[in-house]
Amino acid sequence: MTAFLDFEQPIAELEGKILELRHMSEGKDVNIAEEVSRLEVKVEKLLKQTYGKLSAWQKVQVARHPNRPHCLDYIGKLIAEFTPLAGDRGFAEDAAIVGGLGRFRGTSVMVIGQEKGHDTETRIKHNFGMAKPEGYRKAQRLMHLADRFNLPVITLVDTAGAYPGVGAEERGQAEAIARSIDTCLGLHVPLISVIIGEGGSGGAVALAAANRVLMLEHSVYSVISPEGCASILWRSPEQSKEAAEALKLTADDLLELGVIDTIVPEPLGGAHRDTAVAVSAVGDAIEKELAALRPLAGEELRRTRREKFLAMGQVGLA
Amino acid sequence: MNWLTNFVRPKIKALVGGEAKLAAPDNLWVKCPNCEQMLFHRDLEANLQVCSFCNHHLRIGPETRLKLLFDDGEFEKHALSKAVVDPLKFKDRKRYADRLKETQAKQGEGDALWVASGRMGGKPAVAAVFDFNFMGGSMGIAVGEGIVMGARLAVEKRCPFIVFPASGGARMQEGILSLMQMPRTTVAVQDVKEAGLPYIVVLTDPTTGGVTASFAMLGDIAIAEPGAVIGFAGQRVIQDTIREALPDGFQRAEYLLDHGIIDMVVHRHQLRDTLMRIMALLGEGRPLPNLPAVSANANAGVQRLAGAMRVK
Repeated sequence: MTAFLDFEQPIAELEGKILELRHMSEGKDVNIAEEVSRLEVKVEKLLKQTYGKLSAWQKVQVARHPNRPHCLDYIGKLIAEFTPLAGDRGFAEDAAIVGGLGRFRGTSVMVIGQEKGHDTETRIKHNFGMAKPEGYRKAQRLMHLADRFNLPVITLVDTAGAYPGVGAEERGQAEAIARSIDTCLGLHVPLISVIIGEGGSGGAVALAAANRVLMLEHSVYSVISPEGCASILWRSPEQSKEAAEALKLTADDLLELGVIDTIVPEPLGGAHRDTAVAVSAVGDAIEKELAALRPLAGEELRRTRREKFLAMGQVGLA
Repeated sequence: MNWLTNFVRPKIKALVGGEAKLAAPDNLWVKCPNCEQMLFHRDLEANLQVCSFCNHHLRIGPETRLKLLFDDGEFEKHALSKAVVDPLKFKDRKRYADRLKETQAKQGEGDALWVASGRMGGKPAVAAVFDFNFMGGSMGIAVGEGIVMGARLAVEKRCPFIVFPASGGARMQEGILSLMQMPRTTVAVQDVKEAGLPYIVVLTDPTTGGVTASFAMLGDIAIAEPGAVIGFAGQRVIQDTIREALPDGFQRAEYLLDHGIIDMVVHRHQLRDTLMRIMALLGEGRPLPNLPAVSANANAGVQRLAGAMRVK
């Protein structure tokens, strides 16, 4: 069952009508085809209208949509022979970050990403995609492993942020994130990141200091959640809409600011409406970037990645 | 010294009968934020802004910090390079551009970081010090640029780079570009390390958020001042998440030491000596590296140095 967002209500109503018509006509000799197709055209038009001009806040909602394809959906469809690897070798396995070896369209790769889970059980298992230090340390370990065996690294970013907890702090959450960024920037292999949902602050950039940063059309990537920003700067979480606009967290904004390299278009009505199409679009985009990066020497990959991040924020400097 | 202190004040003093009566307690006495004892400003200064009753380390600004760090309190302050101002045209209840201008006027500084070079025990060193009074020491593009500049200076001078963070984290008014300063500053300190030079971090109160989660946690040596709050997430956020009381001393320097996050907690009185000892010991194990001839970066360095100011 599709969960509808508040701004999708008119769409939900039309689709409800279609369902109702189909239900009513079941087993009866009534021709509803014409009416249904009329409604379907309407739905499509409405989807185009709505999704053609989503506000920043609406994109935040789409990026967090419970039916949006998550990390494991991508891995399941894009990575053959996926071989998950677990643990940071020091403290624990953190299922908020999944990772492992596999074959992406024929190429052996290391894939790492945050998984949010899709129902209560899996959400708890994956801690809603909020990683602890051991998750980031596992990511570092896998990146180093990929580096040793000259395997490209693909990261799939989808997190509200690193987990804020007592244990996480005690085990050095800040150090784990810092070291993860440090590791990304030191790799001699292609590193491609895709922001598939929420790119939440330090917990996201920890996996995204990449040669190429791709972003799905309706994903968001931000230094702080709009709610957090609103409660600090506006002193009221009700201003989240305004904060979302002000933060410039949409794919279009980030492309303009030079923070991401490519926007991957989503199917009409968002990735959650057609997971298969969204996943294969991401696959095609990764394949293209990988083809461009693979011929480059390790030293070149590392140098250009570092130069890119060293210049972050200097855009348009007089 | 200006017209007010040179001329007006003596006149007033003469009128009201000398310094004793004029003594405004709020100027001369400081209440210790920890034990609430009243501390005489001169004693406090002589004690390096450490409470003589409870040893609480009061927050100190970049100028005091740098004077305490370098030989004879002498250093060269390097003007921060020009950075993009307000790239998002950010506005909350107030425009960020205005907020920034007001802070700049009030603090008399361009942004929340001082970069300085000087000598420690006769040997050159470069330091970058955060100004917590400047928008909570938050890191935006200008601060990132300062860390990059400090790191470059250290590499050019072939000397250690010491950073004193004091920051609430990323400057959210610069949005994603403030987040991007995390990888940016990480590259900068990697350059110092790769040049074979010591990169030392002295965590001061408070250091949190994106600053902690980037260059501040990547020091070859991690030192903290006693009692400093150091962490990633804010305590309120953690409390809202776990809904129980936080442990005693949570996120304090000593707590981090116990949990293996930092190398040592050093009293401000011993800080300069400790830093000099570490730098000397590290330096002995490894002869100065063969750096590539100073080339493209040299000119930039010279230009920046020309803008330096001498502080005594």
